Amino acid sequence: MEKQHYDEMQAAPGEVREHYRALAQWLAETPPARLLEKRREADLLFHRVGITFAVYGDAQGAERLIPFDTIPRIIPLAEWELLVRGLKQRVAALNRFLHDVYHGQEILKAGVIPAEQILANEAFQVAMLGLDLPHQVYSHVSGVDLIRNEDGTWYVLEDNLRTPSGVSYTIENRKMMMRLFPELFERQHVHPVEHYPALLLDTLRSIGPNAMHEATVAVLTPGQYNSAYFEHAFLAQQMGVELVEGPDLFVKDGFVYMRTTGGRQRVDVIYRRVDDAFLDPLAFREDSLLGVPGLLSAYRAGNVSLANAIGTGVADDKSTYPYVPDMIRFYLGEEPLLANVPTWQCKRPEDLAYVMDHLGELVVKEVQGSGGYGMLIGPASTAAQIDTFRARVQANPANYIAQPTLSLSTCPTFVERGIAPRHVDLRPFVLSGREVKLVPGGLTRVALKEGSLVVNSSQGGGTKDTWVVD
Amino acid sequence: MLSRVADRIFWMSRQMERAENMARILGVTSNLLLFGAKDRQEQNLLAPLTITGTAQAFEELGQPLTLDTLIAFLALDEANPSSIYSCLRDARDNANEVRWQITSEMWETLNATWIEVRSMRRERVAGSGATQFFDWVKERSHLFRGVTYGTIVRGEAFNFSRMGTFLERADNTARILDVKYHILLPTVQDVGGALDFYQWTALLRSVSAFETYRALYHDQIFPIKVAELLILEQRMPRSLATCSFQINNALERIVGQHDHAAKRLAMELLARLTHADMEEIFQGGLHEFLMSVLADIIELGNRIQRAYLGTV
Repeated sequence: MEKQHYDEMQAAPGEVREHYRALAQWLAETPPARLLEKRREADLLFHRVGITFAVYGDAQGAERLIPFDTIPRIIPLAEWELLVRGLKQRVAALNRFLHDVYHGQEILKAGVIPAEQILANEAFQVAMLGLDLPHQVYSHVSGVDLIRNEDGTWYVLEDNLRTPSGVSYTIENRKMMMRLFPELFERQHVHPVEHYPALLLDTLRSIGPNAMHEATVAVLTPGQYNSAYFEHAFLAQQMGVELVEGPDLFVKDGFVYMRTTGGRQRVDVIYRRVDDAFLDPLAFREDSLLGVPGLLSAYRAGNVSLANAIGTGVADDKSTYPYVPDMIRFYLGEEPLLANVPTWQCKRPEDLAYVMDHLGELVVKEVQGSGGYGMLIGPASTAAQIDTFRARVQANPANYIAQPTLSLSTCPTFVERGIAPRHVDLRPFVLSGREVKLVPGGLTRVALKEGSLVVNSSQGGGTKDTWVVD
Repeated sequence: MLSRVADRIFWMSRQMERAENMARILGVTSNLLLFGAKDRQEQNLLAPLTITGTAQAFEELGQPLTLDTLIAFLALDEANPSSIYSCLRDARDNANEVRWQITSEMWETLNATWIEVRSMRRERVAGSGATQFFDWVKERSHLFRGVTYGTIVRGEAFNFSRMGTFLERADNTARILDVKYHILLPTVQDVGGALDFYQWTALLRSVSAFETYRALYHDQIFPIKVAELLILEQRMPRSLATCSFQINNALERIVGQHDHAAKRLAMELLARLTHADMEEIFQGGLHEFLMSVLADIIELGNRIQRAYLGTV
């Protein structure tokens, strides 16, 4: 039933791609018992350090370990450099788009994107209209999910411009690999990723509201019960800045301060990992205990910078996604270097009709969904599941998009029976401030179940170290 | 340092110290019942509830007061916020929130303690198992303090942790003394009586001071000396004077904006305990003295909370 797919390691059975040769040779030389032992060691170490994530909907507040696979995913430098150009282009256009929709709305006036598509979008924030941001950057940390189809072509599956997570695993996975298999790093030059927190701090400081003094940065977390709390704490510690929760901050006379043992301390830049709706109970959800009353007014006064900006969701919404190639043409006058996955928008009657007829072969997603929730994978679903979903789509077509079931490339992975191919994606993190930077690599997620295409950690996916090699 | 972080570190250490103190109180109570006269049974059983301010909560359970029910209530009762179980849980929860500001060794010590106490069976912590349990709690507390002292940077986190520990300890020593002060009051007929000897030694043992008394005074056990050891003796690690000295030490190293009131009170308390005279204290009334010291300790806790820890 499974379609053809691109294998990251082998061009054909027995024919290892050049950038994988050193690893393949090492795998052949290393006794399976040692690999197994190392795998257990990795599990133990991750548990001890506490790199876990909280599972939503688990009454016990259970913490689970995201499975770590010890076989790296490798990308040759030349290919990575092409990806970097494509990623920078895409994120630049998305930032231009965000500035535009909150200012002149030229792209809507030109009819490239239907105005109601943007203005009626839930993620569109009226509060952002006319507000000028440092360097006109909105999405300072962008996680762009990439996949490869059966001939190896890269596609952008989705853009994550709100509070994308996963970068801590990129760094921790590398540390773990270097600790477990130092000999691998002697055989091959792997480009480092551990300087990500330093780049992030540079980026955050570069958007400080006052160029005269060095910006005080803080990481705002919803707290220890958030699924990505580990990452929030990790990044704050690595950057050497405070990890704050809503009640640690207050606004006075238009400025934001932290409550410290030495009295109040001004905060200039907040790397916030709290969603828009919870940021300020005076402006958004008034029942939010995670936010800071008055934060929006301080932000609008230009006295504090937020990363990412408020209202970026309008650009990474799955209903906006189909227009990104047009944004690139409109703002940059360039052809997109990274392709979009063909997408049917169910709000269009002709698209809806096609989707209804082909539910069994498509992937259908909610436009606001994330984390692999609220989606249908046609080929993997029963007739009953498809019927249930059909009714949901028909009840509210504008809430859904559909895409062909992509094959996703595979990468050798440790499974119960030994080493077998499993589907992977890639999430590089693009940092935008005064400059645009990224560390070579990103987060490779792997669907550990045979044939599965769902790589989300909340759905049983694992991660791999991602290598960019010369 | 963020006020919230300082608050969690402060309370993490207080709760661990509180668990240890509860174990000490219960251990001594079990011991006293073996020696004590029948007419003092009730009084001895009530003492731990009075010291920890939980007499009413226990009464509401509607159970007879026996050593077993007392231990069940104060050791492993999950619903009793003052139980050893609850203290260990709270210490661990506080630590969990500031895992990145304390050392991994500190976190692992508290987490392992919590995991172990959670799996303990009620029936094991009764009778002879109780003593083992109390010793275990004391050991875990010693371990945590040692790990903290041996691993954490000498900075604000360290100072707030020390303040939490010694403020809690001072509070406890003052309360234990006050509940037992009547046995220290000099009366003509009781001096040297066997019964009082056991009462005094039990009191000394509850704060690990029996050997210290022998080592420092080379003498018979006299109540005024017992009081002096636990109140004024600076070489005795659980005395009020030592606790006060350590609190003051930690406070001096913390820079705050509105902390004059806290620092002044800490110094006043230290001065009182450093320059006091035992004869005068007895003349003025031991109970009155302990009450005023306890009031100062509580007020100092409030002032520290206001000056540094915020009202989050």
